[in-house]
Amino acid sequence: MSLSVSGAVRAVGRVRNADLIRFARAAASGNRLRTSLLVLAMAIGVAAVVVLTALGDGARRYVLNEFSSIGSNLVIVLPGRSQTGGFNPGNAITSTPRDLTIDDAQALLRASAVHRVAPLAVGTSEISFGGKLREVIVAGTTADFLEVRRLSLAQGRFLPAGDWRRGASEAVIGAKVRDEMFGREEALGQLVRIGDRRFRIVGVLAATGQGLGMNTDELVVVPVSLAQAMFNSNTLFRILVEASNREAIEAAKTQVGEIVRLRHEGEQDVTIITQDAVLATFDRLLGALTLAVAGIAAISLGVAGILVMNVMLVSVTQRTAEIGLLKALGATGGTIRNAFLTEAAMLSIAGALLGFVLGQAGAAIIRQLYPAFPAFPPDWAVLAGLATALATGIVFGVLPARRAARLDAVQALAKR
Amino acid sequence: MATALIELVGIERTFHRGDSEVHALRHLNVRIAAGEYVAVMGPSGSGKSTLLNLLGLLDRPDAGSYHLEGRDVTTLSADQQAHVRSARIGFVFQSFHLVPRLTAAENIALPMVLAGVAPAERALRVARALRDYGLENRADHRPEQLSGGQRQRVAIARATIMRPALILADEPTGNLDRATGEDVIRLLEELNRGGVTLIVVTHDGGLGARAHRQLLMEDGALHDDRWRRAELSA
Ligand SMILES: Nc1ncnc2c1ncn2[C@@H]1O[C@H](COP(=O)(O)OP(=O)(O)O)[C@@H](O)[C@H]1O
Ligand SMILES: [Mg+2]
Repeated sequence: MSLSVSGAVRAVGRVRNADLIRFARAAASGNRLRTSLLVLAMAIGVAAVVVLTALGDGARRYVLNEFSSIGSNLVIVLPGRSQTGGFNPGNAITSTPRDLTIDDAQALLRASAVHRVAPLAVGTSEISFGGKLREVIVAGTTADFLEVRRLSLAQGRFLPAGDWRRGASEAVIGAKVRDEMFGREEALGQLVRIGDRRFRIVGVLAATGQGLGMNTDELVVVPVSLAQAMFNSNTLFRILVEASNREAIEAAKTQVGEIVRLRHEGEQDVTIITQDAVLATFDRLLGALTLAVAGIAAISLGVAGILVMNVMLVSVTQRTAEIGLLKALGATGGTIRNAFLTEAAMLSIAGALLGFVLGQAGAAIIRQLYPAFPAFPPDWAVLAGLATALATGIVFGVLPARRAARLDAVQALAKR
Repeated sequence: MATALIELVGIERTFHRGDSEVHALRHLNVRIAAGEYVAVMGPSGSGKSTLLNLLGLLDRPDAGSYHLEGRDVTTLSADQQAHVRSARIGFVFQSFHLVPRLTAAENIALPMVLAGVAPAERALRVARALRDYGLENRADHRPEQLSGGQRQRVAIARATIMRPALILADEPTGNLDRATGEDVIRLLEELNRGGVTLIVVTHDGGLGARAHRQLLMEDGALHDDRWRRAELSA
């Protein structure tokens, strides 16, 4: 105890942190409407960050997953040259300057870095059986297609290996085609009409569900030579090349490019894309999208911050007499500033935590509704969201807290 | 002669409102010894509250010096003045100024919370204060659940909880009926008998006459400074 003015000047202690927090909590719960509004605004901001980044990052992962399921170590040859040499979705529909042929595809097998090659000719046609008629996508390819695309069979066998220029009239159908054409009947061994030709069903592909690119459930796979005859063309839509291993992808790309160039009179008139390049492009694209979405969501946190400031300013005005009293009772300006800052920080933390819970719940609901969609918010976004909420709360709490600390005690006490 | 608890020399306080000036305090010289019981009286607007705020370090004079316990307190920083208020001065207000969301016990503990007194020590002193002021079964009541007299007793308990040397009361009975007001004054007088210096601003001539000394203010100046005869002869 200080027994004199001089003693007091030296010896009076500071408010304990626990008391500061208790005081701020009491002040916050003293005005429930104000407090819940603030917490809600902050929570909405954080929840928006969590849910929107979960969507953005979920989209990124979804695309990556889909591409990985197409096949690994994949090098794809497309007719026509793209300017950038990178992946460009427009390539899929540009006209072809010089066609890719089955001979081109077969020549690629010579490359040392190449493990398997599957030519692909694609068109639409009609399949009919027992009076039922259905439009299907016909993929003309060879035996290795199954391995290159990492597909599996539900029934029967795939196209047999053999001369690519000749093929038996055998077809492998997708799961959905099987269900719709045959229902409960046995599909294997049945003779169907595709276009104006007859094929025997030798296998059924395992169902893969909706995915990016070609949906194999609605596919009918036939030997490439028969498909070309059916479409009256000798060109290929794609050549799928599987490199020997992951490290060989770049070498395979170079070798494939060289072989095709030699076969096409020295002209580099095809586009060769690797799955890695596609993935990297999508990864960058969707990563940027997630970041942009997080930025937009962060704006709502800024709005919440301004709300914090206004609500705390109103609170300072409403509690002017109390501030004057605290000063009379020996509170320093610093103590009063800390009390208001603590309150702003506590409200922000409460809002951020509530928003975190709401956001995670929202992401979980999205995953429930769309099980294929991995809507998990990335850790960086969650941390950034929480940190931004806390920082805005405190930064926007500074002005009201300083105003409170600077109030003139006599005038403040006179306020009622 | 012992050093005075309070020594005001040449105090001036002027308020500016628009282009008009109000001399709230003019050339004030006052000495008050430790343990005195002083009533500050005078018509409304004569500067009584301004004087009390100045003595309580809530306001600074424009000129003159203020020594408290021998130390020139006008030169202290704002934080140092806050510490002096915390340890040496207790305030009692006409409108009680209790924090509405805090209980009686919490209101009484507030000065100790602000001074960083440990919770165990706080609980002990609050319990004793509640007993001393007959508020044991009002400890958990909020101000709105208390009568005017009880509120002022909570305020007095709060003003004394840090064991100050000086209690400043600005019209402490102004919002109370006569009987309750006398109870409150008796409590304050009891504190003064215990050694605390008591300065009370009052309109009420009867209450003022109970003090050992009356300072009569008029238009910001000290008009009269009277000691009660009993006090002089003592
Ligand atoms: N903050 C202020 N601004 C302007 N004038 C003030 C202020 N405070 C007090 N006054 C003026 O100073 C004079 C003394 O006021 P005050 O000390 O409150 O008187 P009392 O308490 O004796 O009624 C009055 O004329 C009052 O209007
Ligand atoms: Mg007054």
